Amino acid sequence: MVSARRHPICSDEGIRSQLKQGFQGISRGLGRSYGDSALAAAVLDLTGLDCIRSFDHRRGIIHCYAGISLQELLSVIVPSGWFLPVTPGTRFVTLGGAVASDVHGKNHHLDGCISAFVEQLEIMTANGDVLVCSQTEHSDLFHASCGGMGLTGVIVSICLRLRAVRSCYIEQTTLRAENLQVAFELFAENQGASYSVAWLDCLARGDNLGRSVVMLGEHADSGGLKMQYKAQFAMPLDMPTGLLNSSVVRNFNRLYYRHAVNGQEKEVYFVPFFYPLDRLAHWNRLYGKQGFLQYQFVVPEDAAFVVMTEVLSRISAAQLGSFLCVLKATGPGNANYLSFPLQGMSLALDFSFTLSLLPLLNELDAIVVDHGGRIYLAKDARMSAAIFRRAYPKWQIFSQVRENYGAAGVFCSAQSNRLGLDG
Amino acid sequence: MSNVLIIGATSAIAIAFARQCASRKDRLFLVARNATRLQMLVDDLQARGAVAIASQLLDVSRLDRHVEVLSAAVKFLKILDVVLIAHGSLPDQQVCETNPSALQQALQINGNATINLLALVANRLQSQHCGALLVISSVAGDRGRASNYVYGAAKAAVSTFASGLRNRLYRDNVRVITVKPGFVDTPMTVSFDKGLLWAQPETIARGMQRAIDRRRNVVYLPAFWRWIMWLIRAVPESIFKRLSL
Ligand SMILES: NC(=O)c1ccc[n+]([C@@H]2O[C@H](COP(=O)([O-])OP(=O)(O)OC[C@H]3O[C@@H](n4cnc5c(N)ncnc54)[C@H](OP(=O)(O)O)[C@@H]3O)[C@@H](O)[C@H]2O)c1
Repeated sequence: MVSARRHPICSDEGIRSQLKQGFQGISRGLGRSYGDSALAAAVLDLTGLDCIRSFDHRRGIIHCYAGISLQELLSVIVPSGWFLPVTPGTRFVTLGGAVASDVHGKNHHLDGCISAFVEQLEIMTANGDVLVCSQTEHSDLFHASCGGMGLTGVIVSICLRLRAVRSCYIEQTTLRAENLQVAFELFAENQGASYSVAWLDCLARGDNLGRSVVMLGEHADSGGLKMQYKAQFAMPLDMPTGLLNSSVVRNFNRLYYRHAVNGQEKEVYFVPFFYPLDRLAHWNRLYGKQGFLQYQFVVPEDAAFVVMTEVLSRISAAQLGSFLCVLKATGPGNANYLSFPLQGMSLALDFSFTLSLLPLLNELDAIVVDHGGRIYLAKDARMSAAIFRRAYPKWQIFSQVRENYGAAGVFCSAQSNRLGLDG
Repeated sequence: MSNVLIIGATSAIAIAFARQCASRKDRLFLVARNATRLQMLVDDLQARGAVAIASQLLDVSRLDRHVEVLSAAVKFLKILDVVLIAHGSLPDQQVCETNPSALQQALQINGNATINLLALVANRLQSQHCGALLVISSVAGDRGRASNYVYGAAKAAVSTFASGLRNRLYRDNVRVITVKPGFVDTPMTVSFDKGLLWAQPETIARGMQRAIDRRRNVVYLPAFWRWIMWLIRAVPESIFKRLSL
């Protein structure tokens, strides 16, 4: 358990006064990063800095303070015919957190990360100045901060270009892939689909290795823009450890695959399409008290099939069942120093935590990095500094920019410490 | 579309309420003491669809300015359909026990200032023969406890005053709604450890809207606090005085 001093922030003056008093720590939004990137001895809680500054309905440009949640943002933009240009798999994150992780979504293969739609950021640097940065202005700070895990300064506000939609429904097509080869082929064939993702059964073996259900989506034209408000279910307490053991997971995954109807097309509301897990609050409790670890990596296209096959075989052999396993084709990388995606394939897994998991993940790290891939910082809780440096070769530029803007020694987290970014 | 006046508009609970109003395209008049945060909120509500917004700065402990601020609100909104009085501050109980000026200040903000505003707004609503007047009191006003009876006493005065107003204004078609939140996760309570009983400001704001729509008199938010407080009130004083709650 890490206990931290939490400073609630409601205005940029509030951040400045913390910095004047010698704040050392990290900004925090809704705390949905899976690892230790928002943990530090002191945290600036930005969820109260959640006002919208302006919303241009005509052009689809919204300027918000960093603490607004994607959920709140959606409730404002969808009724007027706009949508997030990029969204991660949960809407319970803040916009500032999304930019600091440079999140990607099911449309990464076409549209890239969220930073591609950021017109400008306002960042408060360590000395309390607010700098406006973009692809053209203070671009070094921009490229360091998008994906920079809050280590360059405090993202105060974000000006975001939205995507026009005519409906809050998605035309979803479901395809079954009996193994990894077929899944890869389906991604390749459907490169033009606006959204694509696959749920993969990582306990399937042999000829069925990589068996998955591929889901494609397009914004529908009909159905209207009226939002539905459904109550969340909540896991009231931690489930017993081992509830999600490999046989439960195996059966769930098997059923999920069987249940999927190949070629089925239907219109679904955007929430279950983009945020299937948001319906169950505190779903992490399913894993019991010892919790779980997320692991997401991406590998370049040419190595993707070999690496995925290897990784899946090892997981399957180790019987460390992953309940959620998400495969996605990713598009080209961007100019940000620590952004995750690169052209290839990405796989996200989560594992019930056991000590035997750590050596396995270390092995996977090595395979991924040897093939030119990397591990996602927003989900990482355990990668070593050595692996990090190989996976993110621009880390030195990143460190230099942090230095130049006075961020080193002020903005740091348990993660930056572990990754050797704090000297 | 309603005309809504909110006092203490930058309180977390009031912000959540104001956002609901904005998305329904209400007209709003906001009163708060911090100029920067008030302007941030005005921009936010405009972006969310509020049709017209005006605002005024006020430190509520300046009772002498209440009339002037209320006139400005009436001038802008014309009719007051909904008035919410939300400001408050949680004093340090222990400091209040030994420091009379801290005690006076806590009673001034949470008690006197609120009551003075209630009195002025009530007269205005009475003259227009309509309107809903919501005041945020607290479960803390239902019974005095060693850990925060100063705040509790001020809130008790507010609840009692509101009950009297409700009785007086009933025939004038003016509804007075006493809102008694339990534990709410807001800047006021940042230093507390949060557990199962804690609610989000948005939940309280939805409850307040429901109370208006359903013409309620006294609402506990979330509703289960009614039963908790019923129990707490039921404990005889001879036992209660021994407890540490
Ligand atoms: N949080 C709870 O658990 C809880 C429980 C029961 C009842 N309540 C009541 O709910 C109401 C709203 O509080 P909250 O929880 O939303 O906390 P909050 O966000 O801290 O709001 C309190 C507000 O009162 C304002 N205020 C304090 N003194 C003032 C003054 N002299 N003049 C003008 N404004 C003043 C503050 O202004 P600044 O923003 O400028 O500081 C702040 O906006 C309060 O009446 C509180 O007593 C809260």
